[in-house]
Amino acid sequence: MTLLKLFWSFFQIGIFSIGGGMAALPLIQNQVVNLNHWLSLTEFTDLITIAEMTPGPIAINSATFVGIRIAGIMGAVFATIGFIFPSCIIVSLLALIYFKFKDLTIVQGILEGLRPAIVGLIASAGLSIIILAIWEENGFTIKPQEINWISGLLFSAVIFTLKKWKPNPFYMILGSGIIGGAIYLMT
Amino acid sequence: MENKKHIIGKLFTSTFSLSAFTLGGGYVIIPMMKKRFVDDLKWIHEEEMLNLIAIAQSSPGAVAVNAAILLGYRVAGILGALITILGTVLPPFITISVISVFYTAFRDNTAVNAVLKGMQAGVAAVIANTVFDLVSNVLKKKEIVPVIIMGGSFIAAYILKINVIYIILVCGCIGAAKTLIQMKKVQKKDGASQ
Repeated sequence: MTLLKLFWSFFQIGIFSIGGGMAALPLIQNQVVNLNHWLSLTEFTDLITIAEMTPGPIAINSATFVGIRIAGIMGAVFATIGFIFPSCIIVSLLALIYFKFKDLTIVQGILEGLRPAIVGLIASAGLSIIILAIWEENGFTIKPQEINWISGLLFSAVIFTLKKWKPNPFYMILGSGIIGGAIYLMT
Repeated sequence: MENKKHIIGKLFTSTFSLSAFTLGGGYVIIPMMKKRFVDDLKWIHEEEMLNLIAIAQSSPGAVAVNAAILLGYRVAGILGALITILGTVLPPFITISVISVFYTAFRDNTAVNAVLKGMQAGVAAVIANTVFDLVSNVLKKKEIVPVIIMGGSFIAAYILKINVIYIILVCGCIGAAKTLIQMKKVQKKDGASQ
């Protein structure tokens, strides 16, 4: 039963994550944190951190991580297959349409409508991760004593560096792990 | 033509090593795939590769997996597609399996906990930066419909807590309807001018 549930949840993520990269983020959060309570928001943020530091698409990383934690290695297999399954079918269909008619106009139209929506959804998922990082589990407040200042400063420093020098995000996450880790251990 | 076993083996090792050593998701792995299959192995032409990438990006799911399916099928049929899926999925599958075994023990370790907490701020910043770029790209086009869709879906997800899937379905329909209306208009214009 759990295996089928994992398959079905990641099947839905697979069908609806359009636009690559972070587009899957809000869907994974929706299924894994909000609907099924498989991970807490903190664990989910850990998962994103791990996914950013390791190779492979974020959704495959999530399927493996969640699957193993819920139902062992078989859980990971079912969740991963669930995610890939819709891709196989839809990619083949689109390839067929494309090579027959050399035209994806209506598909492109749907994507045009979706792109800004995905941006809004990524912003929504991102905001909850940002709030968790800076305000921790208490959620957003304006009281300065509830802010994690170390995290807030690291956050601002990384944004500044990314905007100014556009380095590979991988090194920025690694760097904030080392610097932040050192500061936390000293205080 | 090289013999089939050789091709299948090469497909697997190529996708496996691409997937294992490419950090940074779909937008990084796609150019690497192009380099490997078009420039190095010369199995497909550049133009066809670009078509495959367009289809991969138009399909739901991970772009890297979609591109792998199309490449594998194009080079060696269904078996090829299965092999390239396996090659792309196995590296993250193995890495994350190993990490998740240690995760609980890891998480309770004070030092690891401190590093993870530091990384969290970094990840949040990377996401904030991505969101900032994406939003300004939408705003730059100065079209009203995309801005409304973007704001609306944010409010629907963050404040109203509507299931993400419904938001995507509705916005996809809006996009399709808009295209159909535009196509009708073009047809009418063509009809009128004839």
